[in-house]
Amino acid sequence: MLGFITTFIDGLSLGGVYALIALGYTMVYGIAKMLNFAHGDIIMVGCYTIAVFFASIGLPLVTILIAIIVCVIFGICVERLAYRPLRGASPLAVLITAIGVSYLLQSLAQIIFGVTPRNVVLFKLGTVNVLGLKLKVDTLITLFVAAAIMIGLTLFVNKTKTGRAMLAVSEDRGAAQLMGISVNAIIAITFAIGSALAAVAGSFTIMTTFEVKNTMGALPGIKAFTAAVIGGIGSIPGAMLGGLLLGVIEMFCNSSDLASYTIAIEFSLLILILLVKPTGLLGKKRREKV
Amino acid sequence: MALLEVKDLMVNYGQIKAIRGVSFEVNEGEIVALIGANGAGKTSIMHAINGLIPVREGSIKFQDVELTKYPSHKIVKLGLTQVPEGRRVFQELSVKDNLILGAYSRKDRNEIKESMERVFAKFPVLGERQSQVAGTLSGGEQQMLAVGRALMSKPTMLLLDEPSMGLSPLYVNKIFDTIKEINAEGTTVLLVEQNAKKALSIANRAYVLKTGTISLQGDAKELLQNDQVKKEYLAE
Repeated sequence: MLGFITTFIDGLSLGGVYALIALGYTMVYGIAKMLNFAHGDIIMVGCYTIAVFFASIGLPLVTILIAIIVCVIFGICVERLAYRPLRGASPLAVLITAIGVSYLLQSLAQIIFGVTPRNVVLFKLGTVNVLGLKLKVDTLITLFVAAAIMIGLTLFVNKTKTGRAMLAVSEDRGAAQLMGISVNAIIAITFAIGSALAAVAGSFTIMTTFEVKNTMGALPGIKAFTAAVIGGIGSIPGAMLGGLLLGVIEMFCNSSDLASYTIAIEFSLLILILLVKPTGLLGKKRREKV
Repeated sequence: MALLEVKDLMVNYGQIKAIRGVSFEVNEGEIVALIGANGAGKTSIMHAINGLIPVREGSIKFQDVELTKYPSHKIVKLGLTQVPEGRRVFQELSVKDNLILGAYSRKDRNEIKESMERVFAKFPVLGERQSQVAGTLSGGEQQMLAVGRALMSKPTMLLLDEPSMGLSPLYVNKIFDTIKEINAEGTTVLLVEQNAKKALSIANRAYVLKTGTISLQGDAKELLQNDQVKKEYLAE
């Protein structure tokens, strides 16, 4: 029983990381109407930033903050240079561009940093006993920070002027423009938020893997994308739910005899959910205008 | 001097010439109607004014600002607000959030609150349903919301694109009464309508649009009596 609860908490924690990444996919999809397949590689950019700055200044929290800022700038630049010129172009052109950006970032990282993974130990954290459960401190930190970010983001989107403008652009770009909302500015803000979340997710990833390499964003990126689709792409609560669900399932698989089938099980789940509910768990079918 | 002045406007959709040299003006305090059949180019003119489609030739001036090169999202700030065809309220947001978005270009919080109270006074049903999601409102209520949302920007001039479309006769009367009321309170109105009879009955002046050009223009009351208008648009 105790093992069950520990695995569940570990799963929620991992799921929190997936959810943070999935939020980037789902928000960009909902607002800019594109799949940003380079989103996972922003994690890698954040992690290399951490590797470089941690080696020189040594302050973990400051390093993470720098990584967030670098990722935000990166995200805005990628949108401005690669995606904005294609606004109004066919979705396929944008998709292939995003895949191109992904490989570009990975290759640039390989040229600059080489292929040998770098080891980064940001914190030395042990375990704590909570009501008889032996839990890793980094798991708990991840869980709480991810939860706080998700609550904050939900409030931001629903209660602030900019958040409402994001929802408006997501639903009807033309009508949003008639309200005086700058669609370009809102899309840039969306990329900035998504990239900041990716940087945070990256720092959590380092805390568990202690390793940075140029392809490290690919698998978490694809899994988070899966989580976003499971939850209903375009839906913010959906990305959170999908991420948590995927994390918990992954942890339970990993701690059982099925460990070598984890990824297969995750993607089978995706197919199964899409068969039953093609819009994802919380995805809505847009009502056609009368 | 005219508040809105459209001169020799031309708009193309690919190879198709949708608007072929249209000129008209709207003076301060007027209700001007732009009537015409489906496909005559009414909505193209609206989109051109708001910068949602590119203008090929000609000029659109609002209070001496040239709109053809003006960023679309900044036009509201000049005091020119559009109620789009098909209402286009934000279906998934609450009535209140829709209204707040209508005031996106304004900063003064207290005045925005006052504007919202005025909208609720004008459309009590919106006040009653302010926390309801807009998609659950009836068509007529959504049209009220679309007008209320536009009023939240405190417009000098309101553009209404087919406000009566798809509404029951009861709501059609109500929406035209509201337009008259808004005008009486000092807002200039450009009304684009297929319902020529209703539009001409509340307008001061009108222009009749036919395949991308203006075929008739003049005093709205006189156009109501015009034989050609009667035959083609009033089904008499």
